[in-house]
Amino acid sequence: MAVVTFVSHDGETHAASLEEGQSLMQVATNNAVPGIDGDCGGEAACGTCHVIVDPRWSDRVGPSGADEEQMLAMNPEREPTSRLSCQMVVSEAWDGLTVRLPEFQM
Amino acid sequence: MSVQRAVIVGASHAGAQVAASLRQEGWAGEVVLVGDESALPCQRPPLSKAYLAGKSTLAELAIRSAEFYARQEIRLLGATVERIDRSAGRVSLSTGESLAYDKLALCTGARPRRLRVPGAHLAGVHYLRTAADVDLIRATAKPGSRAVVVGGGYVGLETAASLRALGLDVTVLEATERVLERVTAPEVSAFFDRIHREEGVCIQTSALVEALAGDARVREVVLSSGESVPADLVIVGIGIEPNTELAASAGLVIDNGVVIDDRARTSDPDIVAAGDCTSRDIARYGSRVRLECVPSAGEQAKAAAATISGKCREIRALPWFWSDQYDVKLQIAGLNTGYDEVVLSGDPNRDRDFTCFYLRQGELIAADCVNRPRDFVFSKRLLTQATQGVGRAELPLVTVSDLGA
Repeated sequence: MAVVTFVSHDGETHAASLEEGQSLMQVATNNAVPGIDGDCGGEAACGTCHVIVDPRWSDRVGPSGADEEQMLAMNPEREPTSRLSCQMVVSEAWDGLTVRLPEFQM
Repeated sequence: MSVQRAVIVGASHAGAQVAASLRQEGWAGEVVLVGDESALPCQRPPLSKAYLAGKSTLAELAIRSAEFYARQEIRLLGATVERIDRSAGRVSLSTGESLAYDKLALCTGARPRRLRVPGAHLAGVHYLRTAADVDLIRATAKPGSRAVVVGGGYVGLETAASLRALGLDVTVLEATERVLERVTAPEVSAFFDRIHREEGVCIQTSALVEALAGDARVREVVLSSGESVPADLVIVGIGIEPNTELAASAGLVIDNGVVIDDRARTSDPDIVAAGDCTSRDIARYGSRVRLECVPSAGEQAKAAAATISGKCREIRALPWFWSDQYDVKLQIAGLNTGYDEVVLSGDPNRDRDFTCFYLRQGELIAADCVNRPRDFVFSKRLLTQATQGVGRAELPLVTVSDLGA
């Protein structure tokens, strides 16, 4: 089973198994990963599911979309590989993916 | 010591978040989530949007999966809570059972305000709050049929947009002089009026519904002007009323909602409340406010779970909202109550993206951002973090095209 690892700001890790077709935000909330709120339910409206993708994975998971980019643009914790996890539809091929969480969500 | 039990009444956004947050806060006792809708707790905002337009299924809208509740040892119970016996610490269920609680969370939500005119009981007249409501609407919403939406607020306009996507003829009847009258500036109302007309919706303002006419099924909507609007389907979206009866009959303090403090506590130390059913004094606005939105429900629920767990987490987040209609995403930061000036960035009469900043005595208090996520994030952060007022000079009055976005 494909597994993704969420690393909290203070270094704690949470592994969660992926279900193809879900968003990475759903994977996090269904697995009680702390630090991912997903307040708007996946509409890219709130910015509370910010993750920073391990740069080695950024090509495979792809870049942010236009709306997502605007939501991230004003975020002080934004990094080059930042994404809103609600906009990332997961695939079994993402087995081993690691993402970091920012200190604060929006 | 025996195992403690937290009972949550209402299994929508607030209830589901209280349950999840209780485990995050380390609550080791039982968690029972009692709800009277059949499916898993589901995202309510998409019901009038993607779900009505047929672009998503109920399973996709589940807030969390069935496995989540099982793994977190959250018991889901399908029932209505009919009575709270505070002295015994028990709730009575519609199933005839009763359930003891050590801590109780009231997340009873709200219900659509009913249209009180002759003929309102006719078949074909719908409200939109639950997935079951939408299933009924979808069963009759066929391309080419005529839908009349009563109420030009967010739910009414979102419904109009979704019904257009399904190919219906849509008329929106708004009782006041403009759509979104209660919640936005005239400039923003004019924008949404234009967008809906461009999408083929007929909007009638100052249109007071006097009666719904038909035999068994609604056939037309009769206005106070004497005019009639033909209708195969009527959807009423004229606001919501908080479900406070359960709390009131238990003797809790009610004031346009179950009264809570900034830690989600009601007037009973063992009972918290969260979501659309609550009202709270918000220092920022100097008044008691009942917020009708998911972000507020989530924020209150997190505070409620902390309180139950013996911790302190205050409700502090700025109120914010969003609405999707056609390709237009509106994001609202803050409440504009009491504004005395608006500053526009972009041209709402021409563009499909602009921001309306609301100021009171020269200071920013809220922003309606249309297809401008960047302005929304800017405004939300500024309103949340600014220790001093933010004036006009600090507003990002540039258009998105200037940014090359």
